[in-house]
Amino acid sequence: MESLTLLVLVLDSTLRLSAPLILAALAGLFSERAGIIDIGLEGKMLGAAFAAAATAALTGSPWAGLAAGIAASVLLALVHGYACITHRGNQVVSGVALNILVSGLSAVLGVAWFAEGGRTPQLPGEARFLPLEWPGADALRDVPGLGALYGELLSGHNLIVYIAFLAVPAAAFVLYRTRFGLRLRAAGENPESADTAGIAVSGLRYRALLCTGVACGLAGTYLSLAQSAGFIRDMSAGKGFIALAALIFGKWKPVPAMFACLLFGFLEAVAIRLQGAEVPGVGEVPVQFVQALPYVLTVVLLAGFIGRAIPPRALGVPYVKER
Amino acid sequence: MPRKVAADSARAALRDEMPGSVVPAVELRGVDKRFGRVHANRDVSLAVARGAIHGLVGENGAGKSTLMSILYGFYRADRGEIRVDGRPVAIEDSEDAIAAGIGMVHQHFMLVDTFSVVENMVLGAEGGALLASGMSRARRVLERLARDYALEVPPDARVGDLSVGVQQRVEILKALFRGAEILILDEPTGALTPQEAEHLFRILRRLKAQGKTIILITHKLREVMEVSDRVSVMREGAMVAHRDTARTSIPELAELMVGRRVLLRVEKGEARPGRNLLAVETLSVRDERGTTRVREVSFTVREGEIVGIAGVSGNGQSELLEALAGLRPAFAGHILLRGRPLGEGSGARRSEGLAHVPEDRRRMGLVLPFEVRESAILGYHDDPRYRSAGRLDWASVSRDTEEKMRAFDVRPPDPRRITASLSGGNQQKLVLAREMERDPSVLVVGQPTRGVDIGAIEFIHRRLVAMRDAGKAVLLVSAELDEIMGLCDRILVMFNGRIVGEVPAGAASERELGLLMAGAGARSRALRAP
Amino acid sequence: MTATATGPAAGLPRWAVIGLLPVLNLLTAFAVSGLVVLLIGEDPWRVVRILVWGAFGFEEAIGYTLFYATNFIFTGLAVAVAFHCGLFNIGGEGQAYVGGLGVALVCLHLDFLPFALIVPAAMAGAALFGAAWAFVPAFLQAYRGSHVVITTIMFNFIAAALMVYLLVNVMSEPGSVQPETRPFAAHARLPFVHEILAAAGIRVAASPLNLSFVWALLCCAFVWLFIWHTRAGYRLRTVGFSPPAARYGGISPPRQVLIAMLVSGALAGCMSLNELMGVQHRLLLEFSAGYGFAGIAVALMGRGHPVGILLASLLFGALYQGGAELSFEIPRITRDMVVVIQGLVILFAGALEYLFVPALRLALTRRHGA
Repeated sequence: MESLTLLVLVLDSTLRLSAPLILAALAGLFSERAGIIDIGLEGKMLGAAFAAAATAALTGSPWAGLAAGIAASVLLALVHGYACITHRGNQVVSGVALNILVSGLSAVLGVAWFAEGGRTPQLPGEARFLPLEWPGADALRDVPGLGALYGELLSGHNLIVYIAFLAVPAAAFVLYRTRFGLRLRAAGENPESADTAGIAVSGLRYRALLCTGVACGLAGTYLSLAQSAGFIRDMSAGKGFIALAALIFGKWKPVPAMFACLLFGFLEAVAIRLQGAEVPGVGEVPVQFVQALPYVLTVVLLAGFIGRAIPPRALGVPYVKER
Repeated sequence: MPRKVAADSARAALRDEMPGSVVPAVELRGVDKRFGRVHANRDVSLAVARGAIHGLVGENGAGKSTLMSILYGFYRADRGEIRVDGRPVAIEDSEDAIAAGIGMVHQHFMLVDTFSVVENMVLGAEGGALLASGMSRARRVLERLARDYALEVPPDARVGDLSVGVQQRVEILKALFRGAEILILDEPTGALTPQEAEHLFRILRRLKAQGKTIILITHKLREVMEVSDRVSVMREGAMVAHRDTARTSIPELAELMVGRRVLLRVEKGEARPGRNLLAVETLSVRDERGTTRVREVSFTVREGEIVGIAGVSGNGQSELLEALAGLRPAFAGHILLRGRPLGEGSGARRSEGLAHVPEDRRRMGLVLPFEVRESAILGYHDDPRYRSAGRLDWASVSRDTEEKMRAFDVRPPDPRRITASLSGGNQQKLVLAREMERDPSVLVVGQPTRGVDIGAIEFIHRRLVAMRDAGKAVLLVSAELDEIMGLCDRILVMFNGRIVGEVPAGAASERELGLLMAGAGARSRALRAP
Repeated sequence: MTATATGPAAGLPRWAVIGLLPVLNLLTAFAVSGLVVLLIGEDPWRVVRILVWGAFGFEEAIGYTLFYATNFIFTGLAVAVAFHCGLFNIGGEGQAYVGGLGVALVCLHLDFLPFALIVPAAMAGAALFGAAWAFVPAFLQAYRGSHVVITTIMFNFIAAALMVYLLVNVMSEPGSVQPETRPFAAHARLPFVHEILAAAGIRVAASPLNLSFVWALLCCAFVWLFIWHTRAGYRLRTVGFSPPAARYGGISPPRQVLIAMLVSGALAGCMSLNELMGVQHRLLLEFSAGYGFAGIAVALMGRGHPVGILLASLLFGALYQGGAELSFEIPRITRDMVVVIQGLVILFAGALEYLFVPALRLALTRRHGA
């Protein structure tokens, strides 16, 4: 019974930890399937987290915070687009630049505006996204099995967690069942063929980046308004890169990417549980080993030893149309 | 489609008004286009009759593709007017062209390899924000078109898995699905097998029978004579003649294309072949996908002769060249120089006296962002002459490069210019200088004059002959039949990976070579092979 | 000679591309940084004055500036060497980190060696461990086609986890809870420049500037020789520009990828000499934080040339040192301001490199036309 409770607890925190990863991975999905490398997921998340926390601290409204978070992330995505699409700049360089810029800017502005060493003020409950209790969750809590499943796993997460999981089928639908998705995939595979089919590749890539901005904005907002009660410096702590790894691990497809995020979220949940704990038969497993596992797995996948991750063909190649 | 009906009736009205004069389906008037220094189209005019197959011929670089890219909205003309069905239209991009009923099948297909056939068809013509309805409509249209025009393709196959011929059908379907009334095909048979080409012509004739207008860009005169109703000839960016196909001939068209009575007569004396230098024995070569591209090929090249390999491109010539140069492993068979097997890799071949001028100088033969002197030692950078105290001695490299540039008339002879800033002809002369000035015993040359101006072509041909006369062995692969016939002492014809015939140069008629290149002589032999 | 550039800046004279464009980009980055200062309600000119004074205003400051520049030279050269082979090594961070492990192992376990031997041994340790950390991404890029950008990012994180594990569980001083090793022996440290000068009778203010600065300058010279004056460098650059041409020329691209990444990793690893053997005198967490990424900015600004990298490193070193003084003078502006400037420099000098090309082209043709 105790191990069941432990399992539910771990799975419960897996959902919580993978939600921002899923949103960020979907953000990367839109950008990369359109042919634009996005190693700036990290920076967009961090920027959104800061903007959301700062705005929520000033207005007291999580919704204003969410709007600010998304706006910040979209703005960063558009700067990325301006450099990579309009000026055909190097996409990796642009991503690196934005990551560094945001890391510095959020700290500078945080210190200057709130004078708390880079933090934003601790947010009260009503300025955050709080867990939503599903009807009857309390009543069912004591029913064995069902109570844990419904009351703990399904119920009791905040809005953005549900959005994250709903975003996966939505993204899949957009990508595979809509005109926008078809054109987006064409722009990422063979922009010239999209162009000759009468599609404006640049406009399309900008729109893909808008989607990226919105999804990353949600992911960042989640960090500062749902998972924590405010902004802490560098609070994205590599999550943007884990999401990128998950995107690759999921072979640039929405549902597999979600499962990769769940796996990585699960590893993170286990790592937290493992801190200092003895595993029977193995002894103390170094928590760093579990933390490094997502990256190691991704490298192994990229090496082609377990399946093969084939990126969109035009990924990273600016589209040049000669006139 | 009410718009089309209106256009049709308007056209009918026009025809009634002006008996005898038919409004062309497409008309280009005074089109002019420059790319930097290159004047690609000079005041070009062209009228194409409705329901006709109109051939547009010219040599490589004559401006055919540029003209059609302007018509399809891929480039914008500097000056000139486009009329469709008699009305002036502004074609700013491909979308406008599609809206005007123009469809294009590019030489390099514009398909998304990872998409299915149906997805490729609907791309850009989805008919709504959701795909479902457009896809099912595409499926219905596909079935109908397949019936009407012999355009069979599997609707759900991944395009990347289809053969070249079938991919081309997908391109045609794409255009027809968008309601194209005017179809442009750019060098459509370049990569097709003869059977596939035959199938294509069948499709084109059916399209014509249904009232579609077809513009066929090609430099293969035989095809134009076979399938077209009318031919226009371009030369050096200008339109030089229009002819009814029935009232012209291959020699006339060839003369118009080249602009001289005599096609590429290379001044050369009798060949005095000596001993066998290069021997290829039952060589087979596979490409990256594991497809066998060269099948059990055997031949020899002697001292003091130029042996040409003719063939429609894509029949294994490129792979043969690369295998000889050591860039591709031989799957089976041997390559011998003076009876001894050659070493592995291009470096080894080079040091054993086999020099190679690659088909694609921009991608392979040169490093465009390099200074000329850096490009000029590619492959020979280990030469001790270029070294002093373990370092590359750039002063010596510069001296040597400048000498070579002067010897091969590469202009300007400045070894520190950026390679990309040289013209095509000068780039090619630079490659030749590098490969020929080192006195190799065998020179393997691919497409030596592709995209090169006339003056440079003559220079290059003279140097190749001079090399022959110095007792070297030269193997030439060219897509230009004229070049092969004018330059070579013996001609081997390649088809579908095999050498299907050998013709001594003097006895070669274009007709005979053409038949061999089309695989006419090979089919029975291929059937017998295991 | 009509020297015009090719590529996106085609048509512009070479002097404009090499001289004017980078300056314009840099000024833009500074101007936007000034806006950030305005945004938080401070006077940008005052900030500039403090930065310049803080970086060059007194002897000690110059020492610090050069000390920071040393780090940037190593990581900048590392990025540049890989770049010449067409590779984007953004794993300098991890390679420097693991290079530190090499330095620490030598300084802790080979300290029976005399100074004259332990210094080269530590240099070898830094280079070797840095190169080793680049090896797997390099190998995977060369022979399995896995994109080096992604794998080096992953290896940065793996390095971080590895180093935490080692410092917490394996290498920390017995009885200490600090995640750091015991201090290096006195002869396993690099002498400070002020000590060397004092021995020669010249008195300068004490600063962390140490002997590894000289090694950094030597590395600049080595890289210049290697890239442009050896056959190995020629091969590497050929692959960087055109792998098919390299293959045609008898050069194996996978091999060059491996060589470039190993040299790059070794250079990044050397950064740890300056931090650990020069100043910290022990192995500790996150000593390389930020320098690996800053190397990208340095290499971009320096256009991959050692002289440019040296100048860019001095600029970044000055920013780092000036930024430290700045946070003393104006507590509301933290040292993170330097990170902002860094990000903006990478953005404008790197990703938006050609931002001003259309304007410049217009300006130059108008002048010629008039």
